[in-house]
Formats: sequence, structure tokens, C-alpha cells
Amino acid sequence: MFNLNKNKLITLLKVQYSNMLEYRVEIALWAISGIIPFFMLNIWTNNNLNESINLSNVMLSRYFLSAFFVRQFSVVWVVFTFEEDALLGKISPYLIQPLNPFFRYFAQHIAEQITRFPFAIIIALIFFLINPESIWIPNLSLFLLACFSTFFSFLIQFLIQSIIACFCFWTEKASSIERLLFIPTLFLSGLLAPVISFPEHVKSWIYLTPFPYLIDFPANILSGNNTNIISGFFMQIFWISVLFPIFKRTWSLGTKKYTAMGS
Amino acid sequence: MKIKKYIKIYSLFLSTSIASELEYKTNVIIDFITAILSLVGSVFLLTIFFQNTDNIGGWNFEQALIIQGIYTILNGITNTWFNPNLTEIVKHIREGTLDFVLLKPLDSQFFISLNKIAPSGFLEIILGFALLFYCIGINQININLSFLLLCLTTLCCSIVILYSLWFLISTTTIWFVKTWNATEVLRSFLYIGRFPLNSFSFSLRIFFSIFVPIAFITTIPSEVFLGIALLWEILLEIIVAVIFFLVSRRFWLFALKYYTSASS
Repeated sequence: MFNLNKNKLITLLKVQYSNMLEYRVEIALWAISGIIPFFMLNIWTNNNLNESINLSNVMLSRYFLSAFFVRQFSVVWVVFTFEEDALLGKISPYLIQPLNPFFRYFAQHIAEQITRFPFAIIIALIFFLINPESIWIPNLSLFLLACFSTFFSFLIQFLIQSIIACFCFWTEKASSIERLLFIPTLFLSGLLAPVISFPEHVKSWIYLTPFPYLIDFPANILSGNNTNIISGFFMQIFWISVLFPIFKRTWSLGTKKYTAMGS
Repeated sequence: MKIKKYIKIYSLFLSTSIASELEYKTNVIIDFITAILSLVGSVFLLTIFFQNTDNIGGWNFEQALIIQGIYTILNGITNTWFNPNLTEIVKHIREGTLDFVLLKPLDSQFFISLNKIAPSGFLEIILGFALLFYCIGINQININLSFLLLCLTTLCCSIVILYSLWFLISTTTIWFVKTWNATEVLRSFLYIGRFPLNSFSFSLRIFFSIFVPIAFITTIPSEVFLGIALLWEILLEIIVAVIFFLVSRRFWLFALKYYTSASS
């Protein structure tokens, strides 16, 4: 089911990268639409809300910039593409190929992230121009850890969305489930407010859910804020290992159910 | 005569699109839950902000809830009308089906803006109004006729501005073909409408009053609601709404001149 070798992977990535380059403007707009963390930063610092959580303005601005970066490189939209492909019957030819179609989507996401990279850097540079005091260079080991945790965050979200995407085999329109799940992701992941600022009764259970590990955890590593690195990585890997078998199961059940719309 | 015809056509639009939306009943229910969660989430975010302070940009928690209410109503309207229709423009232009719209003996802007409806947004509108009624209670607002009239006027103006913004951006599709990401950018900017404008720094406040008039969309109606809006603000809002609407109309007619249809 998952037969994939290096050549296939590289070819897939190359094809998708050239595909994505064609839509540079589109991807630049996506990058811009991710600037909500900066607006939130503005509210936080402008009203001195961060005093109560013992986070200086500089650390908070680094946190939100990191949150922006983590979000840029962990955005997942597989369910929307898959839904369209399933509704139009485009999945059929993919299913015949000796390659799981999700590798194609996976390569699309990676290629899109590579295309996105320069735009994200430009936005970060503008941010530094406006806030020169928040410039920092994370040390190499922390930077690498942050990259890994961002990738894990991406994997968690990719797996969750792929599971939802598989529901298309039953309901045809699965993107509404994704929109539902997006709400807790938005409010609990730390994109709008660092998890550390949440009230105690929320903090007591939130670290057991996957949400804080999507944005808050990688962003804390990257920005140099305090976070428990070992338990964070443990939870990320735990969630990936829980979600992966579920995805495999729904995929195999779903493909049996598939009726090839439009053919 | 003409208005009668358009009302009749609109009622036809309504029944067909509701029928087609109800085909995905579970979807509608899931969207309802999404709307509720989304409101819960924003109130949760507000409580985080107000944990250790009693005002943000001069608004206390009870007053900030009004902005949430107005935002929820407007977001509901966006989800019910603007979003399903205006994202369709992209499809029309990409696939060349705009030809069929233009051939109809009907105003093209009317058709494109009102053809579809997504009933799941209704709940958001109801939720927003419920929140506003609750706010009337906790903020001890006296209701009288002129108050209601002013509220309604500013709210209508907000809707017009919001519609014009969406429509202006969607119209650019005629040149750029794939701009549904641009509406995504607009969406993320509109997100700011959940918070009082005064809670932002001066430069952002200028940006959100002039380039993307979010200030007019939620803050002024909320001020009217609280009875603290100044007369010139209300007048300015009305003027801005009229200008935006006229510009979006002219821009659409102008853009149509550049429409070359697909594969021809």
C-alpha cells in the first residue's frame, strides 16, 4: 500500500514544485493571509496584556513571529483538494496507479511550503524592520528542534485532515468537518494567544490534546521561550502514532466504498 | 415592474439553493455546530484578554461582547450570501460560464451576488442577535425608536461596505483568474473586526480605517449600540457605504469590458 522509493519521491516533488511555482502569486496571498498572529501581537502589547503572564514585549513578539512561521509551514489543505478530486471523479486514475494518492498530496504540500518560503522570509524581514528590537538568532540545535517539531505538527495536521478527507468516500462533502475542527485548532493551538496565558482550568487538560503541539510548542522552541521539549516531542510522536493507523484503516475501508463519481 | 421581476427571481433563487443545500443535511448541522463553537472560541479569547485587565482600548468586557455580536451577525451574512456567491465568480471565469450569466436578460451583478444561499449562516445571524439582546441587558441600554433606527442604519451600512469589499476583490478575478486567495486575505483582515479598533496601535488603526475599513464595519455600529457614537461618525459611515457600493458597481461594469471568456 505504501510502496515508495527515493526516485518516486523526488519525481513527485519536482513535478509538484514546478506546478506550485506557476501559482506563485496565489501562494504569496496565502502567506499574507497568515498574518493574524501579528495583529494579535499588536493587541497584546498595545494593552500590556502580557504583563500578567510574565512575558516581555520582545519575547512575545518573537513568540508570535515564530507562531507565524510554524503556521506557514504546517498549513494543510489536503481535504479541500481531495474533496474536489473525489467529487469530480479524478481519484479514479490515481487509484489505479501503484502509488497511494496521498503521497501526491503530501508532495504538493511540501512543494507549496518550499514555494512559500521566500514570501515568509520577506514578511519576517518587514516585521523585523518594524520591530528591530525583536531580532534574534536561535542557536542551531534549537532551530533544528523547532524545524522537527514544525514538521511533526504538519504531520499531525496532515494525518487528521487525511482521515477527514477519507470521509469523502461516505459523505462526499467532508470539508465541513474540517471547518469544524479548525475552530479548536485556531483558538487552542496558540496562534491567537500563547497557551501559557490560558486560564488554569483549560491548561489542566489542554496538554493532553494535540492542539498545543501544533503551533505553541514549535513556536516556543523557535522563539526561545520556556517549554518542556521532551514531553512535547513525546506527545507529538504519540499523536502521530495514534493517527497513522486510523488513517490507514479509514483509507482501506473508504477505497472499498468508493463508487467513482462521474464515471 | 422591474423590482417585481427581481423579487420573483430572487425567491426562485432562494428555493432552489436551499433545496440543493439541504441535500447535504449533515453538512448543515455540522456548520451549525461550527458557528456555535466559533462564537464560544471568540468569547474564550476575550476572557483571556480580560483576565488581568478590565478594559481593552477603553472597552470593558460587556461592551466588547457587543462587537462580538455585531461581528457574528456580519460573519453570518458573509457565510450566507457573500461567500457562496462570490467565490463562484472565480469558477465562472475559469470555466468560461460567465458567458451564460452575461447572456441572461438580468443584471449580471444581481445574478452573481445573490444566486446562491447557504442556510447554515442563518444560525450565526441568530446567535449574533441573541448575543446583542443579552448585551442590551448587561449594558443597561435603553431602547427607543430612534436608537433602533440608528442601529439598523449603521448595520445596513456595514453590510453594504462588507459586500462591496468582497465584490471588489472578487471582481479582480477577471484579470487574475485565480484570486480566491485574495478573499482569504480579506477574511483574515476582517478577523480584526472582532476587537475594538482602539485596542490596536495607531498605525494599524489608520490602516484599518482607510485601506480596509474594518473600523466602519464593526466598531461604529457597536458604538451606536452603546450610544457613544458621534454624529459625524454615523454620517461618515453612510457616506463610505454609498461610495463603496457605487465604486464596486462601476468597477464591475469596467471589469466586464476586459472579460475575454475562457478558451475562445
